[in-house]
Amino acid sequence: MSKSLRSALFSAALVWAVAYPVLGLKLAFSGVTLVVQNASTGTLLTIAGCSLLMFLRVLFAERIGGLRRDSSRPLIPAKASNFLTLPSTQRWFILALVVLAFIWPFFGSRGAVDIATLILIYVMLGLGLNIVVGLAGLLDLGYVGFYAVGAYGYALLSHYFGLSFWECLPLAGLLAATFGFLLGFPVLRLRGDYLAIVTLGFGEIIRIFLRNLTDITGGPNGISNIEKPTFFGLSFERRAAEGSQTFYQFFGLEYSPIGKVIFLYLIALLMALAALFVINRLLRMPIGRAWEALREDEIACRALGLNPTVIKLSAFTLGAAFAGFAGSFFAARQGLVTPESFTFIESAIILAIVVLGGMGSQLGVILAAIVMILLPELMREFSDYRMLMFGALMVLMMIWRPQGLLPMQRPHLELRK
Amino acid sequence: MSQNILQVTDLSMRFGGLLAVNGVALSVKEKQVVALIGPNGAGKTTVFNCLTGFYKPSGGTILLDGQPIQGLPGHQIARKGVVRTFQNVRLFKEMTALENLLIAQHRHLNTNFFAGLFKTPNFRKSERDAMEYAEYWLEKVNLKEFANRTAGTLAYGQQRRLEIARCMMTRPRMLMLDEPAAGLNPRETDDLKALIGVLREEHNATVLLIEHDMKLVMSISDHIVVINQGTPLADGTPEQIRDNPDVIKAYLGEA
Repeated sequence: MSKSLRSALFSAALVWAVAYPVLGLKLAFSGVTLVVQNASTGTLLTIAGCSLLMFLRVLFAERIGGLRRDSSRPLIPAKASNFLTLPSTQRWFILALVVLAFIWPFFGSRGAVDIATLILIYVMLGLGLNIVVGLAGLLDLGYVGFYAVGAYGYALLSHYFGLSFWECLPLAGLLAATFGFLLGFPVLRLRGDYLAIVTLGFGEIIRIFLRNLTDITGGPNGISNIEKPTFFGLSFERRAAEGSQTFYQFFGLEYSPIGKVIFLYLIALLMALAALFVINRLLRMPIGRAWEALREDEIACRALGLNPTVIKLSAFTLGAAFAGFAGSFFAARQGLVTPESFTFIESAIILAIVVLGGMGSQLGVILAAIVMILLPELMREFSDYRMLMFGALMVLMMIWRPQGLLPMQRPHLELRK
Repeated sequence: MSQNILQVTDLSMRFGGLLAVNGVALSVKEKQVVALIGPNGAGKTTVFNCLTGFYKPSGGTILLDGQPIQGLPGHQIARKGVVRTFQNVRLFKEMTALENLLIAQHRHLNTNFFAGLFKTPNFRKSERDAMEYAEYWLEKVNLKEFANRTAGTLAYGQQRRLEIARCMMTRPRMLMLDEPAAGLNPRETDDLKALIGVLREEHNATVLLIEHDMKLVMSISDHIVVINQGTPLADGTPEQIRDNPDVIKAYLGEA
């Protein structure tokens, strides 16, 4: 008993130690100096209540555990969880989602459609990084670098050469892929942690390079007034440029400001679906299997005549290409690119999406992207505690689903009887 | 007499001041089973690593069908048809048995990006052939019912068999087995012996193996090479090796 009492006291104290500095103290201005104030009695009472609950929880942990074991049922019944992760279920689920995704923006609010577009960008990025991290097992912490290359690729081509979004999209992907290929060459002989550090460095180098190349990229101010995508040459602005028409004039519709947002959303949706399709196919191709084999055992791969360098490089290059596509769309949507959009935290978010979703799982990545982008948006009112909740979510995930929201299932290959 | 597939002369491997392999010579003929034996730490696996390109030998020549292969990277040697298993099984554990076998055929498949993207007839046929070949070998090693089980969940003896099947998928010129019977029970060892026999009789496999199980070595080998402390000690038929006083001394110590 004394042992559980001690650990219970410790846990209660820990609640105070964590919660008091975060919630219990406030910084306030007194004239020009900052002073530390105690928070309201209500907050302190809440913390005290929490610590008491924690105390009881730990004190009676064993008895609670025993109770739960009696009615031992996992969070999701095994049958349901198995059904949910079956490839055929996932396919139908995806199909339903796709139909829904095409219809709802016409009834949604402008803000919602805008956030959905952002989510789709992260879906694309997550799917791309999933190739590199989830399948090929190469921990890439500088993925945002390729995203930046794609975004700046479009911004610069449009700014200096007046190319349109649709001309630049493949070019930006190609550019990012080239970067991935070139950076991949020297770093891919590294493994695990070393690779992570070097890619982290490359990501930062690209960002800082873009910031310091003031003459061309505008430095920290970035490039603004980037052209928006057009619908076969028809723009979605209120007034068209000289000698061209707007979408509304051409179809004789009334101008509506949400049209532009919906159009961007639909482009993002199509791009994300294309990425999904291509990556899905890649998985079932020899190269996809080779990526996974490489993650499992590089030495065995070599003994079977697979060239590890080529396989790694292909994963890195393809992953970068998807980041490039996402980047050029991002630039077109924002109309502005600055180096500050491509900081390390972006890489971390994308990586979190891949890990949260379940390494290698496509549907998992989509779900995780929704959770990761939507939650901070929904929690705007609690903006002070946003990061705290984020952390709590991560911890809960680690406890309940360490393998990710929807872990990858191996394709079941049917042998002819 | 048939031609030498593998001809190794004066092979040496030096790690800094340590001469791990010194002047080892061996030759393997078509359809032969050659065993490489020696006490623990004799350098057997080092020889294997040199032959398969995992180490770059410090000296000597390795000829495969008359072509020098020493110093080539591992995957190129494997493509020339020298394929090995490992002392501790190295399967792709998270992947199914069938996928393990498909990966080994990578080189023979249609890896064209667009062919796979649009599932061209050519691509479908290539995949179907690979599946059929994999199925054939799963049947050979009695693992067909486990085709869709992840390799890591198979029993140890099954994993060993799967690893051999995976090597055979590459249509090898020469199969190199590093202690294939390690960790197997007597019945599984008998199965292994039968399997090697089948490989040789029906599939014209040429085998070079390292093994500690003397009963197995003596019964399946055509030729045995003994090395001790990196240097060749003896070389001959099983009968000659069994009666060789040097070999007995190396294994049992001075009488």
